[in-house]
Amino acid sequence: MTLTATQAKPAPALLPRAGGLRGALSDLFWRKPKLLLLLMLLPPVLWLGIVYIGSLFALLLQSFFSIDEFSGLINRQFTLKTYGDLLQAANLDIILRTVTMAALVTLASAIIAFPIAYYAARYARGRWKALFYLGIMLPLWSSYLVKIYAWKLILAKEGILTWLLAKLHLLWLLDGWLSLPIVGGNSLSVSPTGTFIVFVYVWLPFMILPVQAALERVPGNLVEASSDLGASPGQTFRNVLFPLALPGIVAGSIFTFSLTLGDYIIPQIIGTSRLFIGQAVYSQQGTAGNIPLAAAFTVVPIVIMGFYLWGAKRMGAFDAL
Amino acid sequence: MTSAVSFQKVSRHFGSVRAVDMVDLDIVPGEFFAMLGPSGSGKTTCLRLIAGFEQPTSGSISIFGERAEGVPPYRRNVNTVFQDYALFPHLNVLDNVAYGLMVKGVGKLERQKAAEEALSLVRLPGYGARRPGQLSGGQRQRVALARALVNQPKVLLLDEPLGALDLKLRENMQEELKSLQKALGITFVFVTHDQGEALSMADRVAVFNDGRIMQIGTPEDIYQRPKTRFVADFVGSSNVLPPDFVQRYSGQHRWGSLRPESIRIGRAAKGDGVAARLVSTNYLGATTRLALDADGLRLHAIVPAGAKLPREGEAVMLTFNREHLHLMDEPA
Repeated sequence: MTLTATQAKPAPALLPRAGGLRGALSDLFWRKPKLLLLLMLLPPVLWLGIVYIGSLFALLLQSFFSIDEFSGLINRQFTLKTYGDLLQAANLDIILRTVTMAALVTLASAIIAFPIAYYAARYARGRWKALFYLGIMLPLWSSYLVKIYAWKLILAKEGILTWLLAKLHLLWLLDGWLSLPIVGGNSLSVSPTGTFIVFVYVWLPFMILPVQAALERVPGNLVEASSDLGASPGQTFRNVLFPLALPGIVAGSIFTFSLTLGDYIIPQIIGTSRLFIGQAVYSQQGTAGNIPLAAAFTVVPIVIMGFYLWGAKRMGAFDAL
Repeated sequence: MTSAVSFQKVSRHFGSVRAVDMVDLDIVPGEFFAMLGPSGSGKTTCLRLIAGFEQPTSGSISIFGERAEGVPPYRRNVNTVFQDYALFPHLNVLDNVAYGLMVKGVGKLERQKAAEEALSLVRLPGYGARRPGQLSGGQRQRVALARALVNQPKVLLLDEPLGALDLKLRENMQEELKSLQKALGITFVFVTHDQGEALSMADRVAVFNDGRIMQIGTPEDIYQRPKTRFVADFVGSSNVLPPDFVQRYSGQHRWGSLRPESIRIGRAAKGDGVAARLVSTNYLGATTRLALDADGLRLHAIVPAGAKLPREGEAVMLTFNREHLHLMDEPA
């Protein structure tokens, strides 16, 4: 019994509270964990609520005002006149162009991302996996503007792509494509095709990562089970892999779709002079000084994304985030 | 008669690891065949070789007389019940069971009818609309079984299908699997590390160790007449006796095996037998397992519960019927 011999008196079953305010607070937070949570969440919630959402609502409110066409002053009375302006053919054209571009970029990103994500989720291990993440993330660490200007050089008539195609005697292919209506132009860097390529390049990582996360969660033996039950690789893809990766694809498409809807820099630097929603907002609130119409334009992607997210939620897309 | 599955000198190496090494194997059509061994012994790799998930590094595999190397899993009329069932989480139970028929192009009504029948066969009628996530482990196991059986495979492969079930359920499923196999007449190949399971269910057992088959035989062969020390020890934890010890009782200088239930415990210094000391007792319910020390040799004995036992540390005299001492082939 050396243990009791060395102790003057037996240790108490309950230890005394640490002294001062700190001890009292620790005990209080332990008894009421929700209080601690509230205190931790209050600053970010206030920031989100007031600065972020609040300013957004202030902007949306502007869309229900109208602009006096003679004085250029904002008439602060509730009206739907600005939304009427939004529905003019020229503005609808901008909306349609942007939504079509966003949809095509999303589709192309999904098609390109799937094999990459599949490889990363199924086959890449250790060093290769690290290399995969580095390859996906590295472009995200460099400046967005630098990347876009780099693409402008790549896609220019004097650029490396034209040079490469000329070396391969495939210039006729490029010229044929550029002579097509709608997608074509003088060179790739001033054609909608160029805008599309750069959009896909810039947003692709946002598609690859959620698809990879979704595929990572598909147990490998499901693929084996499908094969075991007589499904060819194509059937396994359609019946097992694709349905299980779909939430990830939808999650990724939320990024690619909404980012394309709102971007105004890429179409300004690469592509035709025809406007996209982001550019319309930029010019309406800037040079034109028509804040109400700019606000109304802003509402368009918000509404589209609202419907999109509602549909995505029903497909279980947020389980993969 | 052609074998259901035949391995000729089959090896499967992963780099320098010989998962399966020169295995010869013939599985008779309609039999319940168990592959028994510790984890990493190559039994699951053998199963995967039959299913087609793995290809042999060398040797040849035939299924009902047809060469199977290079044939992908989806062109083999062989189905697998996976260890963790591998049910498709996005499909309901009925679509899971009907999956094999669906990919073969069987019409919707016909395949749903067949799937319903398969579910009745595994005693889960009316569960078709549920999701796999809503089922218990035992029910999932049955769905996996129905999903395989609905395809009427020539060989059904089962990869430790009972491993995740609790004891009571496992015992029920053992009986059910065995009667199902008898009724259907399909060749079952069953992988397990549980020797009790292998002995109670299989018509024949192959004992694996280090990628090789140590012994193939009926459960009785394997249990009563182990050929090597490994088999004696792994199947039923027999007492493995060194050649010098065996020579005293049988006159032959060979390794011996003595089942723990064959040892009788007597009072010390009475009659002729093996003098030993009782080290510890382990109460197991129906029986009690005794650890004994016979002059440095550790032995185990199993006696029925309720027998009067000496105290731990006491000297005892062990006796056994000479016929029960089995001599093994393994060189001394």
